[in-house]
Amino acid sequence: MIKRLNRWFDDRLGASGFVRTALNKVFPDHWSFMLGEVALYAFLLLLLTGIYLTFFFEPSLKEVVYHGAYRPLRGVEMSQAYESTLRLSFEVRAGMVMRQMHHWAAIVFLAAIVVHVGRVFFTGAFRRPREINWIVGCSLLVLAMANGFAGYSLPDDQLSGTGLRIAYSIALSIPLGGTWVAYLLFGGEFPADSIISRLFVIHVLILPALILGLLGAHMAILWRQKHTQFAGPGKAEDNVVGSRLWPSYALKSTGFFFLVSAVIAFLGGLAQVNPIWLYGPFRAADVSAASQPDWYVGWLDGALRVFPPWEIRAFGHTVPGVFFPGVLLPTVSFGLLFGWPFIEARFTRENDREYHLLNRPRERPVRTGIGAGVISFYVILFLAAGSDVLATVFDVSVTGLLVAFRVALLAVPPVVTYVTYRLCKEAGSLSDEEVAPPVVVRTPSGGYLVEGERHGNGGDGVDRADGIREKR
Amino acid sequence: MTETSRAERRTERAIALALVLSTVAALGLAVVYATGGQVQLEGALLGTSLAALGWALAAWGKHLLPSGPFVQQRHGMAETDPDPAPVSRLVDERTGEASSGPGAGADTEGLGAVGRRPFLVKLLVGAAGALGVAALFPVRSLGPDPGRTLFRTSWRAGSRLVTEEGRLVRAGELEVGGVLTVFPEGHMGEADAQTLLIRATDDDLQTRPGRAGWAPGGHVAYSKVCTHAGCPVGLYQVATRQLLCPCHQSLFDVIDGARPVFGPATRSLPQLALLIDDDGYLAAQGDYDEPIGPGFWERP
Repeated sequence: MIKRLNRWFDDRLGASGFVRTALNKVFPDHWSFMLGEVALYAFLLLLLTGIYLTFFFEPSLKEVVYHGAYRPLRGVEMSQAYESTLRLSFEVRAGMVMRQMHHWAAIVFLAAIVVHVGRVFFTGAFRRPREINWIVGCSLLVLAMANGFAGYSLPDDQLSGTGLRIAYSIALSIPLGGTWVAYLLFGGEFPADSIISRLFVIHVLILPALILGLLGAHMAILWRQKHTQFAGPGKAEDNVVGSRLWPSYALKSTGFFFLVSAVIAFLGGLAQVNPIWLYGPFRAADVSAASQPDWYVGWLDGALRVFPPWEIRAFGHTVPGVFFPGVLLPTVSFGLLFGWPFIEARFTRENDREYHLLNRPRERPVRTGIGAGVISFYVILFLAAGSDVLATVFDVSVTGLLVAFRVALLAVPPVVTYVTYRLCKEAGSLSDEEVAPPVVVRTPSGGYLVEGERHGNGGDGVDRADGIREKR
Repeated sequence: MTETSRAERRTERAIALALVLSTVAALGLAVVYATGGQVQLEGALLGTSLAALGWALAAWGKHLLPSGPFVQQRHGMAETDPDPAPVSRLVDERTGEASSGPGAGADTEGLGAVGRRPFLVKLLVGAAGALGVAALFPVRSLGPDPGRTLFRTSWRAGSRLVTEEGRLVRAGELEVGGVLTVFPEGHMGEADAQTLLIRATDDDLQTRPGRAGWAPGGHVAYSKVCTHAGCPVGLYQVATRQLLCPCHQSLFDVIDGARPVFGPATRSLPQLALLIDDDGYLAAQGDYDEPIGPGFWERP
């Protein structure tokens, strides 16, 4: 029956050639190649849970008085956006778990993308012919960050409203057209009444469509170029060694989708995230201490905190202080990120042919050193975004802490770069034989032997007498 | 290169004319939008621009480019085509100027590739560009002209201070060391008008030149919008008499005109000149004398 059905499709679509290639497609096995899959599956989950949330969320700033199930806020005036978020959290069955899964999926999505970018960077997987996919991937990172920010701003709570206020100030700080950019985006002077409905369209339509499109391109290019692999027995620049799409890889990967979903489901049910009912509805004149954005925007908030008070006034104009950490820093950061394959190739000249075998990070001390230094820079910025919380927890002065962060930002990355560079050099100068540590084994008679120096070994590393496997 | 026939030249002229028409209509559309917009004109001009562009492209393809008939073999569904030439060469053959090169079967019919008519290509780019620009104009509808709105707030001479609950503030009711968020009467909750009323003593305050009489009875008022990134400067530390912005930890010295003493803020919080009116209520002498909040390009 299935045979006949397949035959029927064969005669009509003539896809057998393509399907055969597809089913036989080989995917190399390495744990680090699953990071991108985590991102993909988190995105699928975002779509599924997000669609559910749109049935209940009301993207409106119309003021209403709350009469819902959450007692502490009864009688409080709030926007419909906030009220409907409370309702879908407390009164819609399965609403809370869907909302928290959605938020956790976003957190995991961004984390997976960032680690995936790191994997691609440190193994040199961006080299020719994969520069286009690097750019597509970086675009996905930017879009994911933007959509995350748009998403957690939707409930119109005190915390996200403060974030929007800062985003508005950053938009204002753009030289030449800043006020126009801010007014066209928000629909007028902050807090103009159309921002939530606009963010809604951006969050559920525009950005997801772009992400979906680029994701398709990302995978199509990956499919076309085939996966990279680490060097090893039988692995060469002109082949791919691994398991076939059908049946083994497909089953493993589908299983992995459910595992990723399971983690997010556990988190969504068991770990509270973004409890907007504790923050209260947004009031322009209110603010709470410990105002931190979601983790992936943390570096920007940290930069706003530690940047020195510079504001340039010249020719009757102002370049606001926020411009440097809020506009210039991200522009330069993403500029360097997008341009890295081309920057590196200028020095290494590695665009003469195709590179399909990956580097071990230790094989490229300069790249690995720079990457580690850059990561330390952004980690410090991220920590600086928690300066007020850190000051409270460790009972130190917040001003002293910020000064320390300023110093660390300048001092730590060069040190990290140098140390990483040295470590890579050291590791790279040793051959595998020398790297393998000696294994000391106690013999049945009570003596000690260094494994490998002993006689009577089968030569394959396995001591048949006591079953001890030689460490390599 | 073969001689262009008269009919062909006539077609070229018609296409050029259509492209010019499309450009003009698109520019007209932009002008109509910029001068206030008019629905019938907008539709008619957009339609004209699109139709002329569409007709030009169709006519170009039909009359000036090789139209065959070409023959393609049909395979059984199980077979597939062999891999074609690289895309870069294909594109070059079909659209570039190399119509005399190998593989350009067009020559035999006296019809060239697209690139053979640089003048039409330029007109096409112009028409598409004009339409693109005209299509961008409606972005302007997304928000109002900033104008001078960032330079002023709703505070006016004689505006009484009201609390967040809408209560008027009587002089002296706030104890020394106390702090209140206030708005101009009738504009409660307005984001840019939010102001902090702090009670100090006359002896404490260092009055800046030109600000004498702005803080009657030790009532001093500053804009609550941080001059760094616009968060409400929400935390008043009575002991040090400093205001702390909880977002990015800028510190302002209340005694010394809310001067920034630490953090990323560069400017003092603007001070609101206060008076005590005849009924004993606190009121403003006028609006702030400088734009409140974070910096922007047009700020002097």
